[in-house]
Amino acid sequence: MHVESDFIRLDRVEKVFQVRRKTGFLRSERREVRAVDSISCTVARGEMVGYIGPNGAGKSTTIKMLTGILTPSGGRLRVAGIDPTRERTRLAHRIGVVFGQRTTLWWDLPLIDSYRLMHRMYRIPDARYRENLDRCVELLDLGGLLDVPVRQLSLGQRMRGDIAAALLHDPDVLYLDEPTIGLDVISKARVREFLRDLNAERGTTVLLTTHDLQDIEQVCRRVMVIDHGRLMYDGPLAGLHEAGESERTLVVDLERELPPVEVAPARVVKVEGPRQWLAFPASESAAPLVARIAEAYPLVDLSVREPDIETVIAKMYADRRETSVGGRQTSVDGRQTSVGGRETSADRREMSADRRKATADRAGRPGGMVS
Amino acid sequence: MGTGRLYAAVAAGGFRRYATYRAATAAGVFTNTVFGLILAYTYIALWDEKPHLGGYDQAQALTYVWVAQALLAVMSILGGGFENELVERIRTGDVAVDLYRPVDLQLWWLAGELGRAAFQLLGRGVVPLVFGALFFELALPGEALVWLVFLGAVLLGLVVGFAIRYLVALWAFWLMDGMGAAQLAGLCGIFFSGMLLPLNVFPGALGEIARLLPWSALLQKPADVLLGEADPLGTFAFQGAWAMVLLAAGRLLQTAATRKVVIQGG
Repeated sequence: MHVESDFIRLDRVEKVFQVRRKTGFLRSERREVRAVDSISCTVARGEMVGYIGPNGAGKSTTIKMLTGILTPSGGRLRVAGIDPTRERTRLAHRIGVVFGQRTTLWWDLPLIDSYRLMHRMYRIPDARYRENLDRCVELLDLGGLLDVPVRQLSLGQRMRGDIAAALLHDPDVLYLDEPTIGLDVISKARVREFLRDLNAERGTTVLLTTHDLQDIEQVCRRVMVIDHGRLMYDGPLAGLHEAGESERTLVVDLERELPPVEVAPARVVKVEGPRQWLAFPASESAAPLVARIAEAYPLVDLSVREPDIETVIAKMYADRRETSVGGRQTSVDGRQTSVGGRETSADRREMSADRRKATADRAGRPGGMVS
Repeated sequence: MGTGRLYAAVAAGGFRRYATYRAATAAGVFTNTVFGLILAYTYIALWDEKPHLGGYDQAQALTYVWVAQALLAVMSILGGGFENELVERIRTGDVAVDLYRPVDLQLWWLAGELGRAAFQLLGRGVVPLVFGALFFELALPGEALVWLVFLGAVLLGLVVGFAIRYLVALWAFWLMDGMGAAQLAGLCGIFFSGMLLPLNVFPGALGEIARLLPWSALLQKPADVLLGEADPLGTFAFQGAWAMVLLAAGRLLQTAATRKVVIQGG
């Protein structure tokens, strides 16, 4: 029997892909791509862990190794004491997987048909199946959808349908790869709430990869940040702020246009008419700062902006690039992110490209038969 | 036991998936009937000119036409089976979803394909054959046993057809676009199954070879069983042998493909 504290265990796990690139007519060059580079960590039973990183960081590769459909090139990997690639089928009964951009449901048929299939596929005892289905239907609000063909479901409905499909066989672990991608605010909230309940009531271990940091903020207590295949941070969400040396922003409205306010340790990062933006370390308290400004300047209004986690992480990536590459471009980028209070424009582009990909995937899915 | 129920559920799903597209089915029946009429009059002209061509009399030749139309969609000789979907799933990487399930990929698709064929036998097979029998003089057998043997030959033909297309579809793991291979195999299927002309009328060595190729198991063999032109046991042995060889080859290729994905990534 495995120990509960290392329910999932990775020991210096690596995944190297051979990529062949054409360099000329009939000539090609082999190149190694290290998608996952010596990652070690453990996840205890019942933990909810967020796994984040930019596109191509190695998130999906890790998930695929954890399901057994990819073999690690090196290192050791165990899930519930099982070696995933060796005993993929046995492991399949213990895990549930939801790929946000793919569906496990039968496209042409009513939702309930896919569930009946799961019933047989995982050999779920009848009573258990009915109980789990009823519960999912209630909590994921699927009541009116069971008889609707999957192709007619909205993305949010389909995602809830997919999550239910992954849970009918009572898996110990649930992997979710981008479960909220492309969903609207209400659907996202619903999925997150369901995951929290699932974890609280059943003790299901949840491993979640996402681009949406609110997923992490609202669902996970622990977060792992990966970039270029390396684990850059592993710990509680709150610790990320310190690790990223983040700053809070104080926005002050003065009576009139004035030269930049001078109050240590804050520094003015932006001035727009009578409004000024001051950045100060997140570890400092805002109260004395406000008091000193109010003393010396005609203060009308103010607000404090918490550093959002996206900014913190973007800064982390930028710092890493700065140290490893040392390019001027990245250091400029890094400055921008630490100040802007929002994601960088590069990040935004990445996100929207991802969304476009999701839409294209959906449009390209075979809609049925060609006869 | 449990596995049997799973694949039965997959087959039932395959049946229902196709049953949802009623308009497509009706259009298909109409097309098959029109094709059947055109071919029937062509064959009448041909057999008037050359009676007993390929060993068939005119009634047998006309029966062949309508059996071919009845089996066209069932055997997906012109495409429309599972293969497009499988190729697409491989291309988009959706096949990853299939791989983490506790099921056998080949059996999974075979079960779905048999479900689809069962629907098309009822939905698209019966009407053209009945239409042909009403408006032409056909050589259909009276004994129920012959019909039963015919259904057995159709089932085995389906398995052979599946095994061929499964092999072709799996090449998509290596080729960027698997559709070219599928189309080439489709052309072979149309020609060598006997869909254009019965293989009996192919001359000399070409006929000999065509009758030995696996595609003849799809249409020529079941039709010959129905027409009383072939020995049922010999036919079953021929089809069964091809089915086993091709399924085994598919399994080998599947192992190689899975390993490639597992080692190399999607």
